[in-house]
Amino acid sequence: MPEEKSTQGEISVEVFEHLVALAALALDADEGEYLRSQLNGQLRAIRALDAIEVPDDLPITSHGVPYSEPNRPEIREDRANNPGLADKILAQAPEVEDRYFVVPDIPQEALE
Amino acid sequence: MTEALADLTAQEISRRVREGETTATEVLDQTLQRISDVEGRAPTSDPYEPQPDDRKRIHAYISLAEARARAQAQAIDQAVRDGRDPGPLAGVPLAVKDIFCVEGTRSTAGSRILETFTAPYTATPVARLEAAGAVTIGKVNLDEFTFGSSNESSAFLPPPGNPWDPTRVPGGSSGGSTAAVAAGEAAISLATDTAGSIRQPAAFCGVVGLKPTYGRVSRYGLIAFASSLDCPGTVSRNVTDAALMLRAMAGADPADATAAAVEVPDYAAGMEQGIEGLRIGLSPNYFRLAYPDPETGELREQSIDPQIEAAVYRSAEVLARGGAEIIEGVPMPHTHLGIPAYFVISRVEAASNLHRYDGVKYGYRYRGPVAGLTEMYRETRGRGFGVQPKLRILMGMYVSGEQYERDYYRRALKVRSLIRRDFDRAFDPDGDQHLDALLTPTTPTTAFELGRVYGDSVLMQYADLLTVPANHAGIPGLSIPAGFDNGGLPIGVQLLGPDFSEGRLVRIGRRFETLTESEAWRQRRPAILDTDRG
Repeated sequence: MPEEKSTQGEISVEVFEHLVALAALALDADEGEYLRSQLNGQLRAIRALDAIEVPDDLPITSHGVPYSEPNRPEIREDRANNPGLADKILAQAPEVEDRYFVVPDIPQEALE
Repeated sequence: MTEALADLTAQEISRRVREGETTATEVLDQTLQRISDVEGRAPTSDPYEPQPDDRKRIHAYISLAEARARAQAQAIDQAVRDGRDPGPLAGVPLAVKDIFCVEGTRSTAGSRILETFTAPYTATPVARLEAAGAVTIGKVNLDEFTFGSSNESSAFLPPPGNPWDPTRVPGGSSGGSTAAVAAGEAAISLATDTAGSIRQPAAFCGVVGLKPTYGRVSRYGLIAFASSLDCPGTVSRNVTDAALMLRAMAGADPADATAAAVEVPDYAAGMEQGIEGLRIGLSPNYFRLAYPDPETGELREQSIDPQIEAAVYRSAEVLARGGAEIIEGVPMPHTHLGIPAYFVISRVEAASNLHRYDGVKYGYRYRGPVAGLTEMYRETRGRGFGVQPKLRILMGMYVSGEQYERDYYRRALKVRSLIRRDFDRAFDPDGDQHLDALLTPTTPTTAFELGRVYGDSVLMQYADLLTVPANHAGIPGLSIPAGFDNGGLPIGVQLLGPDFSEGRLVRIGRRFETLTESEAWRQRRPAILDTDRG
């Protein structure tokens, strides 16, 4: 991602275009500008997190409820379920040939 | 219309079906009639041209599953005739938020990218409700992928209207669920709550919404938004139905490793024990709100709508009459950081979950000419996703980028610890407060007009200001109707409790219902039922 060190900054046009490419989103110019302005509004709201002291040794919480021995489910047996599900899944695919998903070609690029 | 089966509670419908006073088929027919009376034109993904009549109708259902529902109803009626147990929810009409997979039904997540997707399997909570006798009527509208608080971001429009005033939003993201239940288009709805998506629309529509503890209900078959926050939960017209529904769908599930191995109590059986001696807290941090200045981002304090504040204090007095001890001044100092932290955490998780939509395995694919695979991805995602998924993907990628991760994502996860700590302290049996529950407003405002907030993604997110802390902490929350504002719009109050305390929350909620059942506001009915009944 292009350099932009501080969390005080805005998402510039250059950074935004980089994000859009990474996200694999085709956008028209008006939509892009609206999205960028909304993202910058959200970033201003996120800055409230900078206003408080967060101790270095404070553990992170990746989900609220601790999973301790009594409430942690047992590891399940590793076995195949739902015979026939593969056919139902393949039936949903936009394009299939011989039970393979079909996608457009990946153009070859000359190596430098 | 005679006394409508569509207006009965799930408990009463089930009793009548089980005792042979009516049939599941008759309940289904009357529910379909109600849908036909109030629903209006069906939401579609066609370019939306608003019509004047749209704002007089509900538009809750994206799709109806009439043939499937009829087969289920007939099976229940047969079970009753055969003397077999048809289940505790026998014949109860169920609306499923269209974020759950139900085998053989279109499962869209309110998005164009899944418009053609037919689920190949059924989500665990749906399967369990159906096994208990519930009859799935159809799939109800929501904000796209649940990303919103008004239902206006759905790809399927017109958006649902609020049954109390269809020019206003039903809330979101489970607005189709709460609108359908309020209007008698289903007795109960299975919904999800990631930041308040059950409780906020329940408050706006004058119904009961229960977000269980994270892990209380399996997420298998739920189309994921933010996997560490998503909770399947209940929408119903009273607390008893929430208890019955939760009992039917909660519990461990081999298909979801986050579904906790904690025993599921009979919530309804414990509900009439009363609330004598329970310590219920009020926190000033839920009445003084902090909104960011749109220019600077600086938080500005603002008081909550005084009518909502008054409703909470009135509710506290009612509970005190019921024998609860009310503790004022409970410090919850990190409440105001719930939304800023959510802007980071939920976006990182959403961006990750949304990468799977690529036009290859299922759903929409762009069919125009493309130069190669990458362009197909870009065109598919650019056309298939609406504004909200795009915003969440882009923000999620930005704040989890290598150079920002420490300042944004890691910091937000630490703030999440501080929010959890506020609740741990309040509910600690050996702590200063040792609360059994916290009583708060559910929402900062009552239902707003369609179009008033939509488009401002920051202000819309702040509709969840008072509900999102429970999602960060993983604790359960129950929103119950507590009166109306001067404009005749419902007000909800929220009860929060420690992990797996749903039984206590429904007990308090039920006591509140019995203590207020003779009050005049309890007799009010949604405007849609007074004006549109044939």
